Amino acid sequence: MARELLKGNEAIAEAAIRAGLDAYFGYPITPQTELLEYLARRMPELGRAFVQAESEVAAINMVYGAACAGKRAMTSSSGPGISLMQEGLSYIAGAELPAVVVDVMRGGPGLGNIAASQSDYFQVTRSAGHGDFRPLTLAPATIQEAIDLTGLAFDLAERYRMLVILLIDGNLGQMMEPAELPPFRQHTSPTPEWAVSGAEGRPHRIITSLYLQPEALERHNLKLQKKLAVIAEREQRFAGLYLEDADLIVVAFGSAARVAQNAVEAARAQGMAVGLFRPITLSPFPMRALERLAPRARAFLVVEMNAGQMVEDVRLAVAGRAPVRFYGRLGGVEMLPDEVLQAIEQAMRDTRVTKNGARMLDAEVQR
Amino acid sequence: MVRGRIIVDTERCKGCGLCAAFCPKGVVHLATSLNAAGHHPAYLRDPDGKCTGCTICALVCPEAAITVYRTFSVKASVTAGGMCALEAAL
Amino acid sequence: MIAEQPVYERPIGLTAAYTHYCPGCTHGIAHRLTAEVLEELGILGRTIGVASVGCSVFAYNYIACDFVGAAHGRAPAVATGLKRVLPDRIIFTYQGDGDLASIGLGEVLHAAARGECITVIFINNAIYGMTGGQMAPTSPAGMVTTSSPTGRDPRQTGHPVRVCELIAQMDGAAYVARRSLHNPAEIRRAKKALRAAFECQMNGRGFALVELLSTCPTNWGMTPVDALRWVEERMLPVFPLGEFKNVP
Repeated sequence: MARELLKGNEAIAEAAIRAGLDAYFGYPITPQTELLEYLARRMPELGRAFVQAESEVAAINMVYGAACAGKRAMTSSSGPGISLMQEGLSYIAGAELPAVVVDVMRGGPGLGNIAASQSDYFQVTRSAGHGDFRPLTLAPATIQEAIDLTGLAFDLAERYRMLVILLIDGNLGQMMEPAELPPFRQHTSPTPEWAVSGAEGRPHRIITSLYLQPEALERHNLKLQKKLAVIAEREQRFAGLYLEDADLIVVAFGSAARVAQNAVEAARAQGMAVGLFRPITLSPFPMRALERLAPRARAFLVVEMNAGQMVEDVRLAVAGRAPVRFYGRLGGVEMLPDEVLQAIEQAMRDTRVTKNGARMLDAEVQR
Repeated sequence: MVRGRIIVDTERCKGCGLCAAFCPKGVVHLATSLNAAGHHPAYLRDPDGKCTGCTICALVCPEAAITVYRTFSVKASVTAGGMCALEAAL
Repeated sequence: MIAEQPVYERPIGLTAAYTHYCPGCTHGIAHRLTAEVLEELGILGRTIGVASVGCSVFAYNYIACDFVGAAHGRAPAVATGLKRVLPDRIIFTYQGDGDLASIGLGEVLHAAARGECITVIFINNAIYGMTGGQMAPTSPAGMVTTSSPTGRDPRQTGHPVRVCELIAQMDGAAYVARRSLHNPAEIRRAKKALRAAFECQMNGRGFALVELLSTCPTNWGMTPVDALRWVEERMLPVFPLGEFKNVP
């Protein structure tokens, strides 16, 4: 397949089609609507289901319905829509239904704006709905990676009967890059044995997330937690740059990682031992890799387009073994590489490696 | 003359009394005894054989706990096709 | 010769489970009629039910077909998702008045507007049963409930919502009827309406809805028999019975 110039939202839509998408239910919201518009054209062409729902609440419940039939179902939205979908996301998790949700983040809170932002990191990785559950969250940084992770999202959703969220921001959704689309997958997988299809000739099946008896719900929750543990064991993904000899490690995801990479390259050019750690799965967060890097890192600098959310996961992983600095821009402002470079330089100045290898932040030293 | 009979699943019955209230012949009553769930189950007390098997009790039963039978004391002749007159009368 | 014939038996469309409904609650009648219709139309094996959240959340334990549980008010959307990927299956929702006429009004109106080929069974007992007797959008004026303790005052809480009249306005709605379960004759008409609603879906004519006036003896604070009378005296005037739409 040849490389084409593709817009993020549309690339994800076509990638989903090629991964065997059976049904899409969505609602217009900038900066994601091209994904819906693209599928409005393509899904009928392929005889597949497409509905523009009356709200995101309805859309996610339509996804729930199609998923109950064991079909590959997807929706997409932005922060405000994801907020409306959260009850449905919790039901999908509770009923262990495979589903893919694309979240194209925008400025918040409230109406916010339509500029790119990463301020829904917590919403997606921590509180995608009520109850003890966390979706599997994938965060591409390029159009090509978004295409590849879309196919992966459907596979992981089905393998683990999980909710998988593909998390990008308005930049990645709106920009165009050369990328290659995968071939069409022959997706005629048989109806899973748990799915509903009509009980002809077999006992009837029930899909629900209701367990009135607390002990029964506890058993169910323990099962979900065990699944999350297996996922954390197997599915942690990240990308690294110059990590082998990095003193200062910049941590960033999505389009912020692209800006950070420019800054890291510039710092390298000035001879600074700086590396970039880019989480691809935000949940499960790539703790293992960070835990290995923490002992020999002089400091970490987390760069996000929010007030500091992923930084908390980094701090959890580093567990105090090295200082973790943060640089962020809010409200849909995307930082420029120079700003990150300055933050890198500042972090390098602020940290000294003492004789016994202890790493001290001057600020901490003065205190 | 048609005669009927009902069988009530006394454990399933919740003693709501709808069958007794709507029985046109007043032959369905609630027992004084209790079932396992503590309800007074319905039962047929029909010494004079008034029940016609009209199925109204079953129609109003929220638990589908009532099975209704009908008996025909009619001379049944077996027709050529093996269809007995009884079935024809149903 | 005397031969005894069973003339009425428990439908196979009902499971063996004992229901959790209160004694005299007409949910049980609605379940039984649904099971009978699915059986008589020969579609039990290719039907998928969508249960709502309310007293009938456990409908899936009682009606013997594949079932999924929907979030409160969202059954018509879940049913839309199911129907769009399984167009040859019979999909129906079973919802109470809180579920359908309150939180889920948007979903049911838009499912009708889209002409989704599904069947909605709407149980209107003018109260929130499972949560202990609060006022519902279909509670008649003056009705005393735990959240309208001095009787529903329309100036404060608005007026009862007449769902059938609303849904009938939707061009996508092909069959809309309101029946009741408060006496044998109406129960028979209710069954006919349910059958017509499922046939509407089988023939692909569009969205079908049947509203069934029902009782809630426990939360109305009445005996089951008095509750049926209350439906006649207080609900029929607000919710006239009939067939509101039947597009051939």
